[in-house]
Amino acid sequence: MGKIIELKKVNKWFDKFQVLKDIDLEVAPQEKIVICGPSGSGKSTLIRCINRLEEHQEGNIIVDGTELAENTKNIEKIRAEVGMVFQQFNLFPHLSILDNCTLAPIWVKKLPKKEAEEVAMKNLTRVQIDDQALKFPGQLSGGQQQRAAIARALCMEPKIMLFDEPTSALDPEMIKEVLDVMVDLAKGGMTMIVVTHEMGFAKEVADYMIFMDEGKIVERAKTKEFFENPKSDRTKLFLSQIL
Amino acid sequence: MNIISKPSKDNIKSYLPTGITLVFLSLLDVFVNAFFNYDLLGFFPSQISYFSPLIFGFIGLYLIRIEFSGIRSLDILNKNINSNNFNAFLTLLTLFILIKSIPPLLNWFILDANFVGNTKEDCTGDGACWVFIKVWFNRFMYGLYPDAEQWRINTAFLILFAIVGVSFFVSAKLKKYFILFLIFIYPFLGIELISGGGFGLKYVETAAWGGLSLTFIISAFAILFCFPIGVFLALGRRSSLPAIRYISIGFIELWRGVPLITVLFMSAVMFPMFLPDGTFIDKLIRVLIAITLFEAAYMAEVVRGGLQALPKGQYEAAKSLGMGYWRMNALIILPQALKLVIPGIANTLLALVKDTPLIFVVGLMELAGMIGLAKTNPKWLGMAMEGYVFAGLVFWIICYAMSRYSQNLEKKLSTER
Repeated sequence: MGKIIELKKVNKWFDKFQVLKDIDLEVAPQEKIVICGPSGSGKSTLIRCINRLEEHQEGNIIVDGTELAENTKNIEKIRAEVGMVFQQFNLFPHLSILDNCTLAPIWVKKLPKKEAEEVAMKNLTRVQIDDQALKFPGQLSGGQQQRAAIARALCMEPKIMLFDEPTSALDPEMIKEVLDVMVDLAKGGMTMIVVTHEMGFAKEVADYMIFMDEGKIVERAKTKEFFENPKSDRTKLFLSQIL
Repeated sequence: MNIISKPSKDNIKSYLPTGITLVFLSLLDVFVNAFFNYDLLGFFPSQISYFSPLIFGFIGLYLIRIEFSGIRSLDILNKNINSNNFNAFLTLLTLFILIKSIPPLLNWFILDANFVGNTKEDCTGDGACWVFIKVWFNRFMYGLYPDAEQWRINTAFLILFAIVGVSFFVSAKLKKYFILFLIFIYPFLGIELISGGGFGLKYVETAAWGGLSLTFIISAFAILFCFPIGVFLALGRRSSLPAIRYISIGFIELWRGVPLITVLFMSAVMFPMFLPDGTFIDKLIRVLIAITLFEAAYMAEVVRGGLQALPKGQYEAAKSLGMGYWRMNALIILPQALKLVIPGIANTLLALVKDTPLIFVVGLMELAGMIGLAKTNPKWLGMAMEGYVFAGLVFWIICYAMSRYSQNLEKKLSTER
């Protein structure tokens, strides 16, 4: 099977501080990967490099056959194929939920308005907030906002979805509704890279687990093996604290 | 034991009427004094009669300061303007100043003012000589524009008001075309109509333009152009391309650092020296460009404030959906940033309107300039007060309307419901 995402020896620095050290990662289509690790370990930076919200300084990142580099002309095209869900939702507060979902399809993918709205309603129904379509983000609960953000990303019909701690900013009782949507998405065959501390979710959907610490991938293993038989001491320590 | 017990619900029956009477007496004293120049308490020694309204009012307000009186209006009154001795004192002082200042103002503006006549000699009263405004009104509105051609200015503005008026009642889709027409076609149509030269209209040189109509023309054009330029400068100042960034910073800091009056002077007097012989750019156009660029620099900084207030996540979300720089700014960033800085934009535009009188340095005369000219007419010396009060009033009406409009816009665009 081909690889949809490939990272080879990726290094990144914030000034003199190295956030990513020799990252190697391969993701096949339809694979689900969960990245965990202590805060400051570079998890978020790693997935933000995949749609080039952050720029890496060394190594290669290849997404769907295109290498991301300084002179990449079609970075917008790559980003349109890679959906991203943020910790803080980042919905556009001046637009209704429906407009949030149709804006990019209309202006980036040049979809006719009517068609874009149909796609939007389909995805809003999928995340079960179709009844909130005409409201503004400020009128929705955190869980609903995050589901709207997922729907917005799905409207671009991406090949890959990146989740950057999607439930960290939510009240405990709203976490489940968001995770349910993500599980549903995973079962639909989406390629997903998820940064999260929700280990229950990881056990349910992840093909692979990745544990990061201090900018390095410490452990990469099949989910079952990762939880039952972690190899490194650092992983064991982390798991003992989080589970 | 206190001889006078604290005002409370127990003694409300005696304290409330006494208090109200005292406050009423004190205000009546000031009122009679101000309007009829008669001192009710003149029989007291002058020191006492001078302060008596204050003393009466103060005691009166103390007596009616009854907590939880059960009378709603009294409670509201006490809470807002009579909550303690200091507040009571300020309340009385404010009332006295108001009562004292109204009669002279009223006298000057209306009661002693002169409305009829055609010359300065007709103004025999002590108050304002509004005859001055009446006689010069035409000049204040149209400057030196020939009388016979003034219908052209009227028509231009009537068309404008008609379009704006109608656009309030049409559907959103049609409204879009109205706005496009107003921004891209109307300005040139209006200028063609006013300046003439074509369509069988007599050419009127811009030196003859003036008065309030010139105030409007300059303000409208400067607002129309300074806004987009300001937005581009603000984006440029935050650009990641160093050349664009430094050019923007340089432009903004240069224009912000120079007084408008200097800029206007240079545009009119020095700029033509650098032009090759034979080329000529109309003075009004040079002045317009100068004001536009000057205000654009301020606008840029206002807009930049809005851009900086937006969380980084908005940029990232837009980028992650595949939007490029221009789409991101046009669809996501600017709509939010501009909404945030509506008060600042209104501020800048109001300042722009009020800066227009400065064009007198290059010999163009809008409303205030025409008044300055009229007051130096030998037949109308000493009319500065009337003229500038009139100018102040007109500018205030324009600016207040703009201010209200900006507040409405703010409310309309608010999505934090």
